[in-house]
Amino acid sequence: MPFQESVAPERNLLQVDSLTLAFGGVQALGGVSFSVAAGSITSVIGPNGAGKTSLFNTISGFYRPASGSIRFEGRDITRLPPPKRAALGIARSFQNIALFRGMTVLDNIKLGRHCHLRTNVFDALLYFGRARREELQLRAEIEERVIDFLEIDHIRHAPVAALPYGLQKRVEMARALAMRPKIVLLDEPVAGMNREETEDMARFILDLRAEWDVTVLMVEHDMGMVMELSDHVVVLNFGQVIARGTPEQVQNDPEVIRAYLGSGRIDALRARLAGGEPAEPAEQAKQPA
Amino acid sequence: MRIGLARPDYAADEALIDSPTQWAWVGLLFAALAAFPFVANEYWLYLACLVGIHVVSATGLNILTGYTGLVSLGQAAFMGMGAYTVAVLQARWGTPPLLNLVAAGVVAMTGGLVVGIPSLRVKGLYLAIATIAASFIAHFVFANWNAVTGGTAGLTVAPASFLGVTLDTSFRIYWLIVPLTVAMVVGAANLFRTRIGRAFIAIRDRDISAEVLGIPLLRYKLLSFAVSSFYAGVAGGLWAYFFRVVTPESFPLILSIFYLAAIIVGGMGTILGAILGAAFMAMVPELLKLVVDWLPLGANATLVLSPVRTIVFGALIVGFLIFEPNGLAEIWRRIRRFFHLYPFRT
Amino acid sequence: MNFDWLFLFEISLAGLGTGALYALTGLAFVTIYKATRVVNLAIGEMLMIGAYVFFAFAAGLALPVWLSIVAAIVAGGVLGALVERTMIRPMLGESPISVFMVTVGLGSILVGLVELIWTADPRRLPEFLPNDPIFLGEAYVSPKVFYGFCVAALLIAAMLLVFRFWRGGVALRATASDQAAAYSMGIDVPRVFSLSWIVAGMIAAIAGIVVGAIGGISSTMGIFGLTVLVVVIFGGLDSIAGALVGGLFIGLVEAWAGAYLGGEYKVLAVFVLLVLILMVRPYGLFGTHEIERL
Repeated sequence: MPFQESVAPERNLLQVDSLTLAFGGVQALGGVSFSVAAGSITSVIGPNGAGKTSLFNTISGFYRPASGSIRFEGRDITRLPPPKRAALGIARSFQNIALFRGMTVLDNIKLGRHCHLRTNVFDALLYFGRARREELQLRAEIEERVIDFLEIDHIRHAPVAALPYGLQKRVEMARALAMRPKIVLLDEPVAGMNREETEDMARFILDLRAEWDVTVLMVEHDMGMVMELSDHVVVLNFGQVIARGTPEQVQNDPEVIRAYLGSGRIDALRARLAGGEPAEPAEQAKQPA
Repeated sequence: MRIGLARPDYAADEALIDSPTQWAWVGLLFAALAAFPFVANEYWLYLACLVGIHVVSATGLNILTGYTGLVSLGQAAFMGMGAYTVAVLQARWGTPPLLNLVAAGVVAMTGGLVVGIPSLRVKGLYLAIATIAASFIAHFVFANWNAVTGGTAGLTVAPASFLGVTLDTSFRIYWLIVPLTVAMVVGAANLFRTRIGRAFIAIRDRDISAEVLGIPLLRYKLLSFAVSSFYAGVAGGLWAYFFRVVTPESFPLILSIFYLAAIIVGGMGTILGAILGAAFMAMVPELLKLVVDWLPLGANATLVLSPVRTIVFGALIVGFLIFEPNGLAEIWRRIRRFFHLYPFRT
Repeated sequence: MNFDWLFLFEISLAGLGTGALYALTGLAFVTIYKATRVVNLAIGEMLMIGAYVFFAFAAGLALPVWLSIVAAIVAGGVLGALVERTMIRPMLGESPISVFMVTVGLGSILVGLVELIWTADPRRLPEFLPNDPIFLGEAYVSPKVFYGFCVAALLIAAMLLVFRFWRGGVALRATASDQAAAYSMGIDVPRVFSLSWIVAGMIAAIAGIVVGAIGGISSTMGIFGLTVLVVVIFGGLDSIAGALVGGLFIGLVEAWAGAYLGGEYKVLAVFVLLVLILMVRPYGLFGTHEIERL
């Protein structure tokens, strides 16, 4: 089932085509297709259980889709293991914070750069020489670009386990940035944050695009943030794309409203339960305006 | 009271030793290590050499278990591989000791890689149990590969000969063991200032995130096994030169448990922890000997010593795990903090 | 070729006999794991304590055999309760590796205690099992092994029934998978913990008496526990049926290896088997597969 994108295909950084994923009998993704244009902020929204995190996990490489493909910069990465996807420039943050609790903020951020560093074990044991040069260079770059950008210089030596939730999320983003990614997948970046923290995070995300030239793909429940920040929104429900388009188009889409608020047709529901009326036709992707 | 440290550049911030006072203490330590053999008697020299060997092995185990989170009860088996390598090389080809030690490390490292291969599929406790199995299989090979290992009788090792000097006394072999120990410990500390060490810690804390950041899990787990068993191999080689006898019973499972206990007691995941733990666990039996001698038990003293040692060993493991899971290193940190902050409390 | 089938049969019977004891000890292990998720490496040492307490009462104090058996079982239960309260309960919430190491330390303490009180010399238990040789057809079975098998079989059957039909069995599994949820369901979690360790201690004590009756007692009896570890890995750490099948199978393999390859190959065979299982089916024949949630 082809779909139309409003952006020319060459400008698509990430392209997901007909992804299907099933766990035993449960279908997590049933033919999901969409594209992410380079330099855009794209949001994936949908009710709980719609398959958003499964989608992200598939793009990251933890789940192997039963069918479909994922293309990054035109290159098919469907079979690529997660570490190699990181080397290509795909960064990811997690819904539940996945920082390394045994390390300080600085060490966590430095880890982001891991796949681009060249120190091998012999350099490391000796330290003086290549390892030291690389480490100092890394440190300078992280301090000047990442730590200043995310305003976390006051906690750089703090163990991450001691930080409040909002700061931990920021450190996670810092770590993703240290990778100098081309695209960053943010899984619920403002979950559990208050207004102030949410506004800070929104500002960072916009600055990401402006200063770092990074494409953002995020899963988010905070509709205010989604509508204000996104260039493009993809709506998922029951593992399928039920709408896509600009925030305004998606906001007014009747399918989307129905997915979030329920269908509201009690009599139809009763009839269906009694075994009368046949089930609703499968959700079709709508044509973007 | 330490008010603050001015770090003029990033290099200073990244350094292992971060203040003039620390440099002074380290200098003192090195001076003490150098002066020690001239003032100590045979007994203390013997202990010092033993502690050195234990520190090397414990540091290796710490890299694997404390930092990478892969629990291993096979350290003694790897040491055994190193010890037999040294024994065989020394007996058959008389190659120089440093070369033998490197070879010991390499042989043990191959063993470590073999044991590490299933570590992607087999995790946590199951890996620990697999290393127990590896330990028994290694013991079987040591006891039955008569052609190479001399079977259950084992092998004797001629003393190492370095620059024309035969290292046949504790005084002399001290100068081989201690500098080597220091070098290996510093190497381990350096490891954790670089991306390799960070990757190990990442694997321990959350290996899924580590993968997402571009760390290939199997390769780094194998690397951790390799480095850790290299250390064990060198320690085993030093053991061979020190005790000059290598038998299959020299490296039983209980020795692996000893090293695991050492890093638990010392503090897993810290370089200092391995040192303190190894030293502590080596000293405890000696301390017990003193205490038991002092008690009015008469002839029963010797009978009581071994079981008491076993009980204390077990009690230390249990006690530290329940009451001070971060080990002696944490206690040390608290003492240091006290002195840094004095007269303030926090 | 004139293959000695009788020999094979006799060896197999002996293997099944030891296997039943492995299964019984495995049962004690699984009881602890099912309830508390603790891998108890000291199970062999707990078995040893049961044997030594029996020895102390029967030989040391010259009490009648039945009373000594009861005393040993009680001691086993008390040991289980004590260990659970002082060493396992404080470690609640810690990583499984730490708890595993605590049991390693416990094993050491128990060995030391035994050596302190009774010295490291091996002893023989007073004879209390009937001594007439048993013949199954033409095959000879050592009477002690035979009666040991019967005891083990009875106990295992009893435990299987208990777990199947008693609602406590479900409570046991509930506390193992989610303590907080079990608490909120009204299950007395600390009591379940204590109970599981007490029962395991008692079973281990019985196994210890039988093992001691067959082969004598010594402070190195705990090594039995390592083979039991292989048994429960083979059968699945939380499966009673697995412990049964695993015990019998490992007993057989060990007996065959010992008879046809040589005594020193017994340990090798068992541990090679362990490596194979870990590679092929790490959760064992009947164990529940742990799914990792991302």
